[in-house]
Amino acid sequence: MFAFIVSRVLQALPVMLVVAFISFAMFAYVGDPIAIMLGQDFTEAQRATLVRDLGLDQPFFVQFLKFVGNAVQGEFGLSYRLGRPVSDLIIERAPATLELALVAAFLALAIGVPMGVYTGLYRNSWLSRFFLTFSLIGVSLPTFLIGILLILIFAVWLGWLPSFGRGDVTRLGWWSTGLLTWTGLKALILPAITLGLFQMTVIMRLLRAEMLEVLRTDYIKFARARGLTDRAINFGHALKNTLVPVITVAGLQLGAIIAFAIVTETVFQWPGMGLLFIQSVGAADIPVMAAYLMLISAVFVTINLVVDLLYFAVDPRLRIGGGGH
Amino acid sequence: MLAKFFDSDLWYSFTRNPVTIVSAVVALVLILGAVLAPLIAPHNPFDLASLQLMDAFKPPAWDPEGEAIYPLGTDDQGRDMLSAIMYGARVSLLVGISAVLFSTSLGVLVGLTAGYAGGTVDALLMRIADIQLTFPSILVALLIDGVVRAALPREVHNDIALYVVIFAIGISNWPQFARTVRGSTLVERNKEYVQAARIIGISAPKIVYSHVLPNVMGPVLVIATLNLGFAVLAEATLSFLGVGVPPTQPSLGTLIRIGNDFLFSGEWWITIFPGVALVLLVLSVNLLGDWLRDALNPRLR
Amino acid sequence: MAALLEVRNLRVEFPTRRGILTALDDVSFSIAPGEVLGVVGESGAGKSMTGAAIIGLLEPPGRIARGEILLEGRRIDNLPYADMRAIRGRQIGAIFQDPLTTLNPLYSVGRQLVETITTHLPLNPAEARKRAIGWLEQVGIPAAAQRIDAYPHEFSGGMRQRVVIALALCAEPKLIVADEPTTALDVSIQAQVIALLKALARDKGTAMMLVTHDMGVIAETADRVAVMYAGRIAEIGPVREVVRHARHPYSSGLMGSIPPLDRRVDRLAQIDGAMPRLTAIPQGCAYNPRCPKVFDRCRQDRPDLMDAGPTRAACWLYDHV
Repeated sequence: MFAFIVSRVLQALPVMLVVAFISFAMFAYVGDPIAIMLGQDFTEAQRATLVRDLGLDQPFFVQFLKFVGNAVQGEFGLSYRLGRPVSDLIIERAPATLELALVAAFLALAIGVPMGVYTGLYRNSWLSRFFLTFSLIGVSLPTFLIGILLILIFAVWLGWLPSFGRGDVTRLGWWSTGLLTWTGLKALILPAITLGLFQMTVIMRLLRAEMLEVLRTDYIKFARARGLTDRAINFGHALKNTLVPVITVAGLQLGAIIAFAIVTETVFQWPGMGLLFIQSVGAADIPVMAAYLMLISAVFVTINLVVDLLYFAVDPRLRIGGGGH
Repeated sequence: MLAKFFDSDLWYSFTRNPVTIVSAVVALVLILGAVLAPLIAPHNPFDLASLQLMDAFKPPAWDPEGEAIYPLGTDDQGRDMLSAIMYGARVSLLVGISAVLFSTSLGVLVGLTAGYAGGTVDALLMRIADIQLTFPSILVALLIDGVVRAALPREVHNDIALYVVIFAIGISNWPQFARTVRGSTLVERNKEYVQAARIIGISAPKIVYSHVLPNVMGPVLVIATLNLGFAVLAEATLSFLGVGVPPTQPSLGTLIRIGNDFLFSGEWWITIFPGVALVLLVLSVNLLGDWLRDALNPRLR
Repeated sequence: MAALLEVRNLRVEFPTRRGILTALDDVSFSIAPGEVLGVVGESGAGKSMTGAAIIGLLEPPGRIARGEILLEGRRIDNLPYADMRAIRGRQIGAIFQDPLTTLNPLYSVGRQLVETITTHLPLNPAEARKRAIGWLEQVGIPAAAQRIDAYPHEFSGGMRQRVVIALALCAEPKLIVADEPTTALDVSIQAQVIALLKALARDKGTAMMLVTHDMGVIAETADRVAVMYAGRIAEIGPVREVVRHARHPYSSGLMGSIPPLDRRVDRLAQIDGAMPRLTAIPQGCAYNPRCPKVFDRCRQDRPDLMDAGPTRAACWLYDHV
């Protein structure tokens, strides 16, 4: 078990290094940081000083190592666009995105899983057909359109919920949360639904497919042949077997949610990392892009690791390290 | 061969399913409208001379203030929404189909190579695919687009922006094709007819092309159809965020973005109608993909 | 002695787009308490379908179109789901072909046993567990008290099938439907498992319907055997008679195609042609296109099972009227 964790962590390192390399390559070859930082007129002397200060005259490999070293400590330099330390910007914005992502993920799972199981078990009920139609539309609706529609209905026409911003937030140390204030909660609703809807439908359809697949297996047939109750078959045997592959997908979905936060934050002007990223893409603000990239990769790699561990815990076949004798 | 198609189980299940027929018709209408836009659109939204600023912000024809010649209303520049949507759908489809063709070709090529060659080649290629699969494709597309945008001066970028978007979306989706094709290739490679061909001395590329490829195309087709929906959505998202197609060739996503600014002042149609068109397009493509997958799934027959 | 299981004129149909596929056509037989009936035939002859119909697990859109199935004189083919569920496991048990896929990989063997026992018998979990250990011992699993918490993948193929047998028997049914129970096992293990099955059945007085395409297993284990062809029974009778002196041309062809052990043969005997597709069964006797003894009547009228000495065969050769 321990060996497993270690090996997976070791496998994750090359991935992070590749990402770091790509991020750094962006720095080195894309755009001219000197020009961006100094503006239009600068003297040769100023340029030479800046080059020396930033270490741009060092060999490639040395610069890369320095970059990685800094990155590990959370130091990503200054934003070209805003002139502030990137790490500050990220810490400021991270709670907004994380809170949104977690609430959206929770919604997606809490609604998607039961809906998926239901439509798998009771294929022909009208409720199932309704859920399926709903999910099909959900998969075909882009996130931003959902956001726009929700804003149109609930903010413009009905005026119940705000259409942008986070509302009032309470600061807890370096974290800021909107969950403790009324306006914060109201502001969270529409973005969370927008972000979670797509994933909810994906999870639902996946669970349904898995459920149908499992219900056709030999061991379910045998369970029926043994006269076990429907409850034992559906919720004891079928459900447990369905959940195993769903774990991976749920984990990957969390990653997708964090990525799609970019879109949702743009629509709702939510002050999170996604909005920061988009603004930096538009302005060719490399340090922010690089930092976001590294951070997101670290998050994804961690999620994958946790998912693998969960798999291990749930499926006994993996624990003994391979088949019977 | 056409006769055989109409007699097949595929056609049978198609005609029996009303939902599929409707979605096929809808998809056909939208696609034809998009492809033939230059010929059949009532107005040309890009001909600046023909625009009447006086006609700006006209609501749809069924509204008392609307006019029949602008069935879906006009935008802030007086452009007819229906025509704009048709041209926009054209761009969306162009990008979507090109991107899917690109990722399919790349994915199939890599998958065939990895599956047939095996060993370290296989391990290496699949590792790359796995690593890329860790990241959501939209992020990969955003990254590529952002990097290219930063690397090139603005004018150059505008010219090739369309290709950049196609490339970005295509690159972000190849891994799933590669993995599926690799799996099928592995299965086929170990079958006796392939081994027989090798013994006879037929060259590897020929074996792969004539024997293995036809057998792996089935699942590829299904994934490609589903991927088309995703590709169109991806392009719409990128354009909505402002990092997709250039403003000179607006897609449905661009139209939605433009219209978004007018949501609060009450001119909802500028953003909603392109949105509806987008949803109908993706929905019908997804439904067709679903039907195709169910029809081709040997286990459900 | 009254029959335990009686199948009368059973007809199972599958509606397909090319027409109605008749998987079983007017099948009738009975099984006495404690008797082992073998059911043999080629793939697609309807052997497994018969078993599935009896335990009420026909896959839709397959359905019983005509006929009756009676267990101890009571009809079971038209029971509501809840009543049939009570019968499955408790009155009729089932064993399927592949022990690897038949057992749920995520649950321990003990849990699956205890679950089955407590569903049908009024025992508390502790007692059920003791019973479960007892069953594992009876099917020959060594160190049963320790192995009971092991998972299916920790057992070898033969051991797994023994667990499946234990699961089928633990609710003490009167009849077992065994569908190719040894086909997926190594040849060396097959004999052991069959011997176990036979011994247990004899011990508990459980009747068995043993479906297989392996004549050797039938010869060893069955009391009577039914030969199926194209969804119909071609011949049925005591196993010795059918194996040694088959009356129906198909059965004798089948028995003749088994290579003998006691002398050398240069060519394997075979039956020309192939079993007809179930959507295109010929008129009259289904075997007539391939039969070496065919005559006019065979192509016109379909023969029912009729007396042919010690066995009954569906063949006009034995029409004494």
